[in-house]
Amino acid sequence: MELFFAQLLTGLANAATLFLVASGLSLIFGVTRIVNFAHGSFYMLGAFIGYSLMQVLPGMFGFWLSVLLAGLAVGVIGVIVEILVLRPVYKAPELFQLVATFGVILVIQDVALYLWGADDVLGPRAPGLKGIVRIMGEPVPKYDLALIAITPFFLFGLWYLISKTRIGILVRAATQDREMVGALGVNQAWLFTGVFFLGATLAGLGGAIQLPKGGADLLMDFNILAAIFVVVVIGGMGSLPGAYVAAALISILNVFGVTFLPQSTLVLMFVVMAVVLMIKPYGLFGREEVAGEHGQVGEPERPIKPAGLKVRLLVAAGLLLLALLPVFGSDFSQVLTSDVIIFCLFAASLHFILGLGGLVSFGHAAFFGGGAYVAALLVSHVDAPMEIAFLLAPIGAGFAAFIIGWLCMRLTGVYFAMLTLAFAQLIWSLVYQWGEFTGGDDGLVDIWPSAWLNGTTPYYYFTLVFGIGGILLLRHAAHSPFGYALRASRDSSRQAEATGINTKRIQWAAFTFAGSLAGLSGALFVFSKGSVFPTELEIARSFDALIVIFLGGVKTLSGAVVGGASLEYAKDFLTRFEYWRLTLGLIIIFVVIVAPEGISGTLRKVAERFGIIRQREGES
Amino acid sequence: MNHILEVRNLSKSFHGLRAVHEVNFDVSEGELLALIGPNGAGKSTCFNMLMGQLKPTAGEVYFQGENLVGKYPRDIWRKGIGRTFQITATYSSMTVVENVQMALMSFHRRIYSMLPYAHKMYKKEALTFLEMVGLASQAERHCAILAYGDLKRLELAIALCHNPTLLLMDEPTAGMAPTERESVMQLTADIVREKNISVLFTEHDMDVVFGHAHRILVLNRGELIANGSVDDIRNNPVVQEVYLGGGNLFESDKAAS
Repeated sequence: MELFFAQLLTGLANAATLFLVASGLSLIFGVTRIVNFAHGSFYMLGAFIGYSLMQVLPGMFGFWLSVLLAGLAVGVIGVIVEILVLRPVYKAPELFQLVATFGVILVIQDVALYLWGADDVLGPRAPGLKGIVRIMGEPVPKYDLALIAITPFFLFGLWYLISKTRIGILVRAATQDREMVGALGVNQAWLFTGVFFLGATLAGLGGAIQLPKGGADLLMDFNILAAIFVVVVIGGMGSLPGAYVAAALISILNVFGVTFLPQSTLVLMFVVMAVVLMIKPYGLFGREEVAGEHGQVGEPERPIKPAGLKVRLLVAAGLLLLALLPVFGSDFSQVLTSDVIIFCLFAASLHFILGLGGLVSFGHAAFFGGGAYVAALLVSHVDAPMEIAFLLAPIGAGFAAFIIGWLCMRLTGVYFAMLTLAFAQLIWSLVYQWGEFTGGDDGLVDIWPSAWLNGTTPYYYFTLVFGIGGILLLRHAAHSPFGYALRASRDSSRQAEATGINTKRIQWAAFTFAGSLAGLSGALFVFSKGSVFPTELEIARSFDALIVIFLGGVKTLSGAVVGGASLEYAKDFLTRFEYWRLTLGLIIIFVVIVAPEGISGTLRKVAERFGIIRQREGES
Repeated sequence: MNHILEVRNLSKSFHGLRAVHEVNFDVSEGELLALIGPNGAGKSTCFNMLMGQLKPTAGEVYFQGENLVGKYPRDIWRKGIGRTFQITATYSSMTVVENVQMALMSFHRRIYSMLPYAHKMYKKEALTFLEMVGLASQAERHCAILAYGDLKRLELAIALCHNPTLLLMDEPTAGMAPTERESVMQLTADIVREKNISVLFTEHDMDVVFGHAHRILVLNRGELIANGSVDDIRNNPVVQEVYLGGGNLFESDKAAS
């Protein structure tokens, strides 16, 4: 009982940081509709800046002043990011901004590396709150009690700001209808900037306030990212009390998880989120989003036509060039090109559901890594021949997509995205922790192709056939009745349902189809590397595909392939340099600002302007 | 005359608010039946219940003898009921003709097919439907750039794809210029006469209603207050009070309560 109570207190203390950071994220999303991936980076900056300030500001007063100043400093950084990076892309398609924030993550990572070094920083203990207090015989740090006491004030302060003040009214109005608020004479640009300031400040405060408990390191940006998204979704988008309850729930469960069921810690919050979303699809305190029939954001997508003769010849020439690569290229160029093709297939499979179906999945890596693991497990446990394992990989991944799709289909929008993320994390932690079966962190090694495919060149051709084949299959499916029905379900589910199309079932089928093709790319991957590790199932892998689709152009069929190839080759080149993240981040931000319709979307427009390709009547 | 649709005691409450209360009416074969009433009378609620978008609190809807209550919109569509929307709903990423082809693919149960090229399927058939509504010359245009009136025509073409026996049209001329209203309504009347389709439509424009409806139903505060020919309704004092009574209506209510 004593231990129970002490752990409850620890959980509540941990909730302080989580709540601060998550409420900032929730505010920013609510008003600007931007999924701010860089929020974890703001949190990390808060910790580092707070640490540096605490070195120069002594005493109890200095400590709390440092926390406050760190928060404000991060708020200012948030404003800079908003003005420089996000303002130019507000008019871009929905979710495009997340690519920009992804670029910001990379930049901040390298800046932090440069300024504070690669070593973890131990946070100073709070002056005046260094000791412990015994509660029912159990030691509880004084600082924890201070955090527990402070958090409700933050909650109340925020709640007051949002519910009672004029600024709060504007923020809430903007959350419900941005355009209307703009029409009523509110300067939206500054409202957005203000909200970004507030959100970033909260993240910075969260980072600084947890210093005595956790210190600062360069991984903390990604480490908290998943958790704060989970908190926001469980609590219900835009609900402050919801964020607090969810933060407390997650933190407390985590503390108990560590004690009683250590292997559960990686996945616990995702299980909670999955359960909550399946019972309450809009989170604990969230309300159903009245989406109305606004249709697509920005310029409507254009009609598609199968490629004409010219383009076909061009593609054929490109394929011929790829086929001749072993003749004039090095082994390394073949390996690199294989990697690119595999990644392009993976991205193209996500594009099928994201671009054509409008279903944003944050967990597509589950099917890429899933396919790889199915093949690897078959080879290492039952000694399956490579051909059988290769064939069963897409089927296995497709089956996983079938089940997960069925569970996620009743949700929409961001909630759908988060539930797919939750299931992907579930699979990841299962693989990670079931060591004796999956090899855990050590992965599965020695997964090589059959003798007839041995060597770089044979496997390169194998990849070429199945990788390009898969991409062409996806492309053809887009032009088939199935692809049309998928687009119809996205364009107007009202009309589709009223003319006999079961939109949810079409989307479910597309999800399964895309999952199995991601599995195919995973199978190609595992036999080319000879091994697979849990990293292939990680969130970062899912985001890679997401990023390149937007970089390439979500509203063009070739977007995923163009974006995938560009990013992979750029990465290969840049990773030779020390501060490659900074460079890559800046390039991504640059592309996002210059080419808000993605690389292929913008190229198309340029080509149209100069009359290289014919423009359809009435389009601009 | 045969009744193709029979509505019996249809009711819907939202948290105790009686939006539609025990409404009864029939639609006869080949009939153009107008459902009118002031804003908030329950017209759209009625419509959404007929199309399966809303589940009635009580009552039945029989289409050719079969109860439709509890069925999905897509299943009701398959039985031979077409609909158009008050706020147009079309596939903005497709061309005009592809919008119609999509409905035809669905009608022929080909939407899960992955082999053929969709843009070639049922194109001729789709063009005849576009011809019918006067959109043939715009068949290859991007649907997103169509004028509003043309979108309404396109919806009509889509709704005709599965050779319906009954059309439900929710404010078919809303948001149109007066001359265009007349031409769209005349077009609709001609098509349904030729194909012997019955139509139930809601409408605010009395010129359209009196000019084309064979019979009129008047809904007020969720209850059917009149049902009769154009002349009956025009001279009905209760209907006049509802439409022209203005503040009077609310005064008399206060007195009653």
